[in-house]
Amino acid sequence: MRLLTHNMLSSNIKGVTNGFPLRIEVQKVIEKPVDFNPDFLRHMFPMIDWNALVEASRTMGYPDLPDSADAAMLDSDDFLQRFHHSLLELHLEEGALLCPETGRRFPVTKGIPNMLLHEDEVEVSGARAPGKLSGIALFVLSLLPLHFFSHLQ
Amino acid sequence: MPPKIAQIRLVSSHPEVYEPCDDSFALVDALLADRTNLLEHRPTLCMEVGCGSGYVITSLALMLGQEAYGAYYIATDINPHAVRVTSETLQAHGVHADLITTEIASGLEKRLKGLVDVMVVNPPYVPTPEDEVGREGIASAWAGGENGRSVIDKILPIADKLMSDRGWLYMVTLTANNPSEICLQMREKGYASRIVVQRSTEEESLHVIKFWRDFDSQPVGNEMGTVNKIVPAGVIESLFSQVPGLSFWRYGNRFSMLGVYEGNVSICFICVSVSQFEFEWAKDCNDVHFNGKGQDPMQMVLQIKLLWDGRDRCF
Repeated sequence: MRLLTHNMLSSNIKGVTNGFPLRIEVQKVIEKPVDFNPDFLRHMFPMIDWNALVEASRTMGYPDLPDSADAAMLDSDDFLQRFHHSLLELHLEEGALLCPETGRRFPVTKGIPNMLLHEDEVEVSGARAPGKLSGIALFVLSLLPLHFFSHLQ
Repeated sequence: MPPKIAQIRLVSSHPEVYEPCDDSFALVDALLADRTNLLEHRPTLCMEVGCGSGYVITSLALMLGQEAYGAYYIATDINPHAVRVTSETLQAHGVHADLITTEIASGLEKRLKGLVDVMVVNPPYVPTPEDEVGREGIASAWAGGENGRSVIDKILPIADKLMSDRGWLYMVTLTANNPSEICLQMREKGYASRIVVQRSTEEESLHVIKFWRDFDSQPVGNEMGTVNKIVPAGVIESLFSQVPGLSFWRYGNRFSMLGVYEGNVSICFICVSVSQFEFEWAKDCNDVHFNGKGQDPMQMVLQIKLLWDGRDRCF
């Protein structure tokens, strides 16, 4: 799991109001080199919660990100290299993500986080009413052949 | 050279994971058919819900190019085996997507809200008893509950939440899922739709439908020209004699449809394809008369579409 993924995940347990960012429990971190692509980083930058990335990066053993960042820094090659390494090259191979509110543990195995919940942890959403238009459409449809065929005779 | 897609021999497998099949191929064919548009669209974030073997997300990543292009791919599946198999398939093709074992997009909804530019879904659409839905393992790849709609109806509101203003959703449906109703429901949420691929096999008739947010209530110009005029009754008869009993006929390379009421005929040209039946919402036919009343043109198109679905013949 790259820190880019971590940055997109929050705790999904019923009743949790702010499940972001998930804390990281590290068992094994690996590094996989990725081609440096400044355009991709510039695209992704506005989507990233910087504080969460800095914190996660530290936990993973890479404390070299500045505490704050703004779009102007995207012109700096040095900044982009650090951002690149932290966001895309550090992988949590084994470990877990922890809900900041409840401490619920989401395991990360072979680099894949498992966010599946038990039945009693799932937020129950309201039942969806069937679209009312569909009824009208079907009704009109049922009349349709009559109109056409009546003109044929 | 044709655009690259995933190679079957490199797609990984597991007894509990759905292998690429007609529906997966239809979805990839739809993406290929729309590839030029996708490349122009320059999506930043692409997501697949229910990635299974990884055939589709791998193909998407290959055909749009990897990060050199600036796109970020993310894929989920409720089946942990499937996510692992997807990871192997991606790796075998030398592409990358971030993978998460989760139900639909649970855990991603907060942070990905309004960010997804392209979403692809091959949902479990097979009609089954409701209690087969959400079972573990391979059953989660096909068990769709009543009319095959249980999971689809859960996915659509989530897709609506996650998609950006310029988001496109490609979804596989079966005729039994009542795709016209799905389109209507999405229309209520402000989405236009189009059938990108329609394919019938011995067992099932599949549609891949593309949905996009439709902010533009203005006429689209030449794309969907409208003629709204009274046609003498004799002309109607001759038209009908050419295509008996059908509300459709071909006009150049456009399909046209007809609404008839007391000798008044409204014509609006809908869409443009000979080999595939595609349709756009006839939103600029703002004065279409049907059954004597001004009707929502979109509804008319749907009704025609429903009739069309019931027919064997093809233009």
